Amino acid sequence: MANQDYEDRQQPQELGYDPNFVPDSVKSFVVHLYRHIREKNVYEIHQMYESSFQTLSERLFKDTPWPSVDAVAHYVDNDHVFCLLYREMWFRHLYARLTPTLRQRIDSWDNYCSLFQVVLHGVVNMQLPNQWLWDMVDEFVYQFQSFCQYRAKMKNKTEQEIALLRQFDQAWNVYGVLNFLQALVEKSAIIQILEQEKEGLVQFTATDGYDYNGGSNVLKVLGYFSMVGLLRVHCLLGDYHTGIKCLLPIDISQQGVYTSVIGSHITTIYHYGFANLMLRRYVEAIREFNKILLYIFKTKQYHQKSPQYEQILKKNEQMYALLAICLSLCPQSRLVDETVNSQLREKYGEKMARMQRYDDEAFAIYDELFSYACPKFITPSAPSFEEPLVNYNQDAYRLQLKLFLYEAKQQQLLSGVRTFLKVYSTISLAKLASYMEVDEPTLRTILMTYKHKTHAVDSDLKITSNADVDFYIDDDTIYVVESKPAKRYGDYFLRQIVKLEGVINEMDGIKLE
Amino acid sequence: MREMGREREATKVAYTVEQLVAFNRYNPDILPDLENYVNDQVSSQTYSLDANLCLLRLYQFEPEKMSSQIVARILVKALMAMPAPDFSLCLFLIPERVQMEEQFKTLIVLSHYLETGRFRQFWDEAAKSRHIVEAVPGFEQAIQGYAVHVLSLTYQNIPRTVLAEAINIEGLSLDKFLEHQVANSGWVIEKSQGRGQLIVLPRNEFNDPALKKNAADSVPLEHITRIFPILS
Repeated sequence: MANQDYEDRQQPQELGYDPNFVPDSVKSFVVHLYRHIREKNVYEIHQMYESSFQTLSERLFKDTPWPSVDAVAHYVDNDHVFCLLYREMWFRHLYARLTPTLRQRIDSWDNYCSLFQVVLHGVVNMQLPNQWLWDMVDEFVYQFQSFCQYRAKMKNKTEQEIALLRQFDQAWNVYGVLNFLQALVEKSAIIQILEQEKEGLVQFTATDGYDYNGGSNVLKVLGYFSMVGLLRVHCLLGDYHTGIKCLLPIDISQQGVYTSVIGSHITTIYHYGFANLMLRRYVEAIREFNKILLYIFKTKQYHQKSPQYEQILKKNEQMYALLAICLSLCPQSRLVDETVNSQLREKYGEKMARMQRYDDEAFAIYDELFSYACPKFITPSAPSFEEPLVNYNQDAYRLQLKLFLYEAKQQQLLSGVRTFLKVYSTISLAKLASYMEVDEPTLRTILMTYKHKTHAVDSDLKITSNADVDFYIDDDTIYVVESKPAKRYGDYFLRQIVKLEGVINEMDGIKLE
Repeated sequence: MREMGREREATKVAYTVEQLVAFNRYNPDILPDLENYVNDQVSSQTYSLDANLCLLRLYQFEPEKMSSQIVARILVKALMAMPAPDFSLCLFLIPERVQMEEQFKTLIVLSHYLETGRFRQFWDEAAKSRHIVEAVPGFEQAIQGYAVHVLSLTYQNIPRTVLAEAINIEGLSLDKFLEHQVANSGWVIEKSQGRGQLIVLPRNEFNDPALKKNAADSVPLEHITRIFPILS
């Protein structure tokens, strides 16, 4: 490898690491994994991928990389595709536990290119666990994001690094990243598959994306997860409209392959909810955050041993912060389940009360929660190498934060209106104006702002009301319309029907002596 | 929500650009086509948010190719799309240092007035910035359309003066405008107790609770389908 000096300085923990030394346990690991992949034993592959790989990493490679691919290749017939998969895991492990060098970032990009090329040209005949396929897409986007952050910190770059960045300007190029994800979506024909499934012509969701007729699930499922990948990349770029559009083929009101892997489920909803928050569709964001937070609350104990556990908890906390923001801008706590609500009050109750005041302190809290919970925004363009080198890694984040706070400020007078509307059924404009200490024309603008901000308009120009308290004006009198918490009997009955069916089935299963 | 192929097709060229956006959107080579398409939208009074976002994205990827004039046109078109949040959607993609340019600052102020219902200030400010907004035909009518939208959400009956201020039309022109709305959109003009005209706006579910659909009464079909296996 080039620049050995520099890399040693970066990774002192690697001293004494011999990339060519293959412990017996690793040899056995690759041999078995290779065999199971060839024999399409999805369950065994999943076991080895999820648990053996973690155990070995924990025991032998806590702070060094795994053995190099060249050192293990001859145990697996130098199988090209297996070696690509091995390197994919190798880099993922490196990114998680060590700091990748620029050279390693570039090599990992090359490896993804080769791997995706192979998949796109349809020469793989494997059946891989959804978890692994999700991790590939997830890691691909993560490494792209990580690269953009790294590249944007120009100030402390060495001359060699700058030379490498210039030489390999295609590595993690934003067009390349988007086009790979898009190509996986198109080549897999996943959108058509999901359409046909609705008409009952094919099965995809019903088999969790697996192919039990001897085919491969790899391209199809990678294509499927790439739609989530595109949502995420577009959110990182601040393009929320396009992000949500990329996810349209997946019906998130239902279970689907995206819910079969907890990481994918959370990533999907986190970004979908965030995009809706930025599009001012608060009710939609609240609904989806509520559902996933309830789901995590109920199931998190099952993931305690999973390598994703920490990530799950972190996203969980971030989504509570986003929910706190949504509910402060759109106080519709009736949309939130009791369990989620009590968690939310515990975590953010006090802050939410202060956010209602819309003073400087309140905006400081909006700022704090947004900064804590937002995606790691990126600037996708290459740096200018000529000028005095400057860091621009915070630019994208600062812009999104600024625009979000601008929106919050536009809404600052609404909570005052809300308070008065809640205690009157009718009130004259003059009276409300004097209570709010503004003149009548100003009050009219505040009331119109309230209407505009609480009524979302989607791309079909369909208007959806997000208002908890609504009103209308007749000449110079305001009439308040309190929306009563509507009991959803339909849902209640549906749930009870399913429950009863379960009980009956269970009873049928009991054999009486 | 699903809107594939929903976009208006202005001309044959427009159709091709829409196809490019749909199938080739991550390709720097379509940038000139998209720029021309912005100008087409301006002259033919059509609009495509998707194409414009696609162009802003390409500018984001290669900032050295950005044309301030095109960005300004996109932003004016986005203002005209109010009440949709298109203006913010565009700003999310435009680097902060670009937003500091004088013409963009003006547009941001204009957007702020519209977002906060301050139509008087909006029209005053727009009058000072004719060179920006008059470059795009249909600007006034589009903003008036937005004002009427917000007023219809808010009022059942509105004093003539309040309407006049919001849409920036007075006197005889306002009479003509009202005449048109009475004939085509179901508006009614009433005389109120010696205080000038009162305009009765058509009822909708947002200014009249009686028309509000009760969502609780209906269950979407997708939910019912979940119990189909049990019912059969």
